[in-house]
Amino acid sequence: MTDERPIAIDIRQVIKRFGDFTALKEVSLGIRDNEFFTLLGPSGCGKTTLLRMIAGFEDVTAGAIYLYDQEIARLPPNKRPINTVFQNYALFPTMTVLENVGFGLEMQGKPRSEANRRAGEMLELVQLTQFAHRKPSQLSGGQQQRVALARALAPQPRGLLLDEPLSALDMKLRKSMQIELKHIQRETGITFIFVTHDQEEALTMSDRIAVMSAGEVQQLGSARDIYEHPRNMFVADFIGDTNLVEVSVDRIGGGHATCNLGGGYMLSCEAVEGVGTGSRVHLSVRPERLFLSTERTGPEALRGRVVENIFIGTDITTILDLEAGQRFRVRASNSDRGNQRVFEPGQDVFVNMERGAARLLID
Amino acid sequence: MAGGAASGGSATSDAYAPARGWLLMPAWLVLGIVVVAPVFLMLIYSFLTKEFRGGVIWEFSLEAYDQFFFDRGLFGDEPPTIQWAYIQIFWRSIWQATLATVLALLIGFPTAYFIATRPVQQRTVWVFLITIPYWVNLLIRTVSMRFILRDQGPLNDFLQWIGVIAEPLTIINTNIGVQLGLFYSYLPFMVLPLYAAIERYNFALSEAAADLYAPRRKILTRVVLPAVKPGVIAGCILVFVPSLGSFLAPDLLGGARNFMIGSLIDEQFRGSAGNWPFGAAAAMILLTLVLMVLMVLARQQARLEKGAG
Repeated sequence: MTDERPIAIDIRQVIKRFGDFTALKEVSLGIRDNEFFTLLGPSGCGKTTLLRMIAGFEDVTAGAIYLYDQEIARLPPNKRPINTVFQNYALFPTMTVLENVGFGLEMQGKPRSEANRRAGEMLELVQLTQFAHRKPSQLSGGQQQRVALARALAPQPRGLLLDEPLSALDMKLRKSMQIELKHIQRETGITFIFVTHDQEEALTMSDRIAVMSAGEVQQLGSARDIYEHPRNMFVADFIGDTNLVEVSVDRIGGGHATCNLGGGYMLSCEAVEGVGTGSRVHLSVRPERLFLSTERTGPEALRGRVVENIFIGTDITTILDLEAGQRFRVRASNSDRGNQRVFEPGQDVFVNMERGAARLLID
Repeated sequence: MAGGAASGGSATSDAYAPARGWLLMPAWLVLGIVVVAPVFLMLIYSFLTKEFRGGVIWEFSLEAYDQFFFDRGLFGDEPPTIQWAYIQIFWRSIWQATLATVLALLIGFPTAYFIATRPVQQRTVWVFLITIPYWVNLLIRTVSMRFILRDQGPLNDFLQWIGVIAEPLTIINTNIGVQLGLFYSYLPFMVLPLYAAIERYNFALSEAAADLYAPRRKILTRVVLPAVKPGVIAGCILVFVPSLGSFLAPDLLGGARNFMIGSLIDEQFRGSAGNWPFGAAAAMILLTLVLMVLMVLARQQARLEKGAG
């Protein structure tokens, strides 16, 4: 269904070089109308550079950026109907909250009365009406964040760019802002492009995620897609917690691959394009898709010995050494203790896997 | 003080209070010798009777102030009328100093902005280059200005050579000569505080303004200038105050018709006029004037800072 929506921001073969350094290596992305789109990656992966190019703060070395049908890559930032929420908010310190929010409208040539009225509405949306006449420095970090959001939304842009806007907030506030941002995006119907290095944040909020590394898009897909079907080592490792095991592929047939872990242990999983028989590749298994037992539950169960249990509140992570030589992490929900899924260190157990839990990665 | 105590360390400050009093003594001593004593001495001198050809007689007199503000005729026996001559000199000085300050701001702001937007390691070099001419004595620099600006000087030769003007411009012995001289003498005092302010400026604010549809001119007037206003005010004070009391540039570049307060006072002590109480009184009036201007600016700045949080 989401595929029906038109492309709002089309990034076509965009390259960015700073001197000898290539920050972006030919990136192409189509961001759909009314989508909550996230650029996710570690610092230095090029995500902020890409965002700044969409906003107009950096020029493109090569390629084109379209906003609906208009080519915008060569327009100055004040000519692009796209607004930005900056990482450190960049609120104008000499203006009041209301003046900050009304600034964009005023610059668009709206009469002051209308700018004030609309700014007032925006402050209502972010629940800051009573602070309208304060200076930004008199507000808390969370409140400043909302002002920055209201200021960027007030001129009703055709796209909103958010550059790690929640990174300066404490965890609790961040969680509630995540939900609020998502809510505001739904309410306003504006296309959001969100930049973050926090994978949990990306998974929580996004319709689609582009995982970036070293100036390239590693994978593009929905949160579920990226988590459950990581394409390569980088994505599997960066998103969530995983067990990465080096295996050799013994046999491929019927859409399945049989992987040799060593020590006579075999695992079967879905075959992946680009991985042939005899290749040595990595296999990713999410710790929560594994469970422990004292009895063998299937032909592919692995033997291991519990090393340590780590209590993390909702879950318990068990670290164990497999007989095949690898170290594995297995996660059980805290409520599973009654089901005998948690064992004492030193105990020999079987590690069992749900069907389809293991995933082959191209390097 | 209450804020300082509340921010912690009040126990320590109590324990060190006597020691701090003693440690601050050198500072108080220096301030007393170089600031308080001379001003106080001048205040006293302005209320004494003049000795012919310099010096004072230790007798109380209001004559110096009377002479500044009132005209009682050649022999001092006519009914007093307002003495415009000195007020005119004051007015001209304020006007000249104001124009020199505006000129310094117009040239200094882009210069400071340029330096502040260079890569970090280059900035020090640029600041250093700005200060190089100021290693040469002010008198020599002002005389060089006179040489450059005179009717048959290099500037006029150059302008005639490229064909901008047919006849040489007369700059020496005009107001413009004085303003150029003052502007040149005190330009670094404008550039340095502006540079300090612009360097601290968060350029993300300019990006935010551009993002919100502001053209360049609006970014400057609505966002950059308000944010660096403390630097602008500091630079203006640092150029305006010494310009107002300056006597080298008016003497060497302005000639007799463009006499300024500094020259007037200089005349009373070193020159032929030799009237110490009158010189002291003129200096006191100048000081009062400058203090009034500074107080207005300081109050404005305080209001600004309060607003900013």
